[in-house]
Amino acid sequence: MKNTLILFKRELRGYFATPVAYVFIVIFLILNGWVTFYLGQFYEQERADLQVFFNFHPWLYLFLIPAVSMRLWAEERKTGTIELLMTLPVSMAQTVIAKFAAAWAFTGIALVLTFPMWITVNYLGTPDNGVILASYVGSFLMAGGYLAIGACISALTKNQVVAFVVSLMLCLVFILAGFPMVLDFISGWTPQPVVDAVRSFSFLTHFNSIMKGVIDVRDFLFFGSLMAMCLFANAVILDLKKAD
Amino acid sequence: MIDIKNLSKSFGPFRAVDNISFSVQRGEVLGFLGPNGAGKSTTMKMITGFLTPTSGSVAVCGHDVATAPIAAKQKLGYLPEGAPAYPDMTPAAFLDFIADVRGLSGDAKRTRLAEVIGLVHLEGVLHQRIETLSKGFKRRVGLAQAIIHDPEVLVLDEPTDGLDPNQKHEVRTLIRRMSKDKAIVLSTHILEEVEAVCTRAIIIARGRILFDASPADLQKEGPLDEVFRRITTGERVAAS
Repeated sequence: MKNTLILFKRELRGYFATPVAYVFIVIFLILNGWVTFYLGQFYEQERADLQVFFNFHPWLYLFLIPAVSMRLWAEERKTGTIELLMTLPVSMAQTVIAKFAAAWAFTGIALVLTFPMWITVNYLGTPDNGVILASYVGSFLMAGGYLAIGACISALTKNQVVAFVVSLMLCLVFILAGFPMVLDFISGWTPQPVVDAVRSFSFLTHFNSIMKGVIDVRDFLFFGSLMAMCLFANAVILDLKKAD
Repeated sequence: MIDIKNLSKSFGPFRAVDNISFSVQRGEVLGFLGPNGAGKSTTMKMITGFLTPTSGSVAVCGHDVATAPIAAKQKLGYLPEGAPAYPDMTPAAFLDFIADVRGLSGDAKRTRLAEVIGLVHLEGVLHQRIETLSKGFKRRVGLAQAIIHDPEVLVLDEPTDGLDPNQKHEVRTLIRRMSKDKAIVLSTHILEEVEAVCTRAIIIARGRILFDASPADLQKEGPLDEVFRRITTGERVAAS
């Protein structure tokens, strides 16, 4: 536990030692504002909630989260520090969890910095803050899901561009699985249970359900188990190919 | 302190290390010599637990690296090839991080950090990012990182590579000074380094140990570079 915390702190500081953190946070906030007010027509909707704001999160994360996760392991491989890290007296699980947790905490910080949106909507009307809180939690969980996928892919390569593109594609699959377009397409020729299974793997299905303010254990379980599975795979991949 | 038994490592069909066995005692400085690609680094990576052997075993201070990796790694200090370190960190922050992971804290940590920084002369660059440092300074950061917890076993992959003659001399002096109560394994391309610091030399080529004796014995065979060439290429060098 102590070692995990030491590694976690080093990682998190690492984000702020480089322009990565600042660039990411600024772009994230600008894009959030732009899609909410311009594409989402926040004012014209005249509704006291943040639904339009959260609606765009799966798509913002699609591009931004792989940009964070691509460096997680690929960079360690590139600089050779993976050899240093793997020969320190810490376990693989501690290392994998610490690095993931730091990346997740970092996206959490970026998410918290969108609080002016929350202030705005509270100034303009009287929204249901419970729903907004649930949506923030859902968004954070979803970010964790994206990150875990990206971390796992990053462990496979020392090339960050490859890690970025492959993670983006995989995350896109996880979004599209809940799209009517995809579901209608497969529902024509597959039995209903398959359609339901595909839908249940979608980030959108679970995120939308949390966004309604309905706290369903299954949604939490989905993101939780997805992260656990990806991190486990991450550790296995590292164990199998530490050196190359 | 280090016990290696029938160690082999294959990468696909290529056998990088082929059934080698040796042990290193406290007080020994073992020089690993050999041409590029001989298997020096691969062997060191297996001693430190970074690479998993295809077969055979490594024990560090009685802890098997495969079954008790954490215990073995606690006894080890390791300078990997190229002395990797986090480029965005300063040596001060980096060494502080390593000291934390190595379980040092409070006054003990502060004293030890100051001591190690003095030993490798990093005072002038402590607050400069590692990526801006020269090769020599990076190597010294790597060395400091390896000895910070005063480990019983030190594995140094080309510790003097990229250093100027004065720095080389300092590092060799440092290694000799530490050698009394440690087991040290170092690899090098520089033959005179073996004479200067090692109490024992192993010449390795194509993954096999071809020579294992003291540097003095090695010298009896003739001029070092000729002996090295003869042993590693298997050809007789005409005395000219």
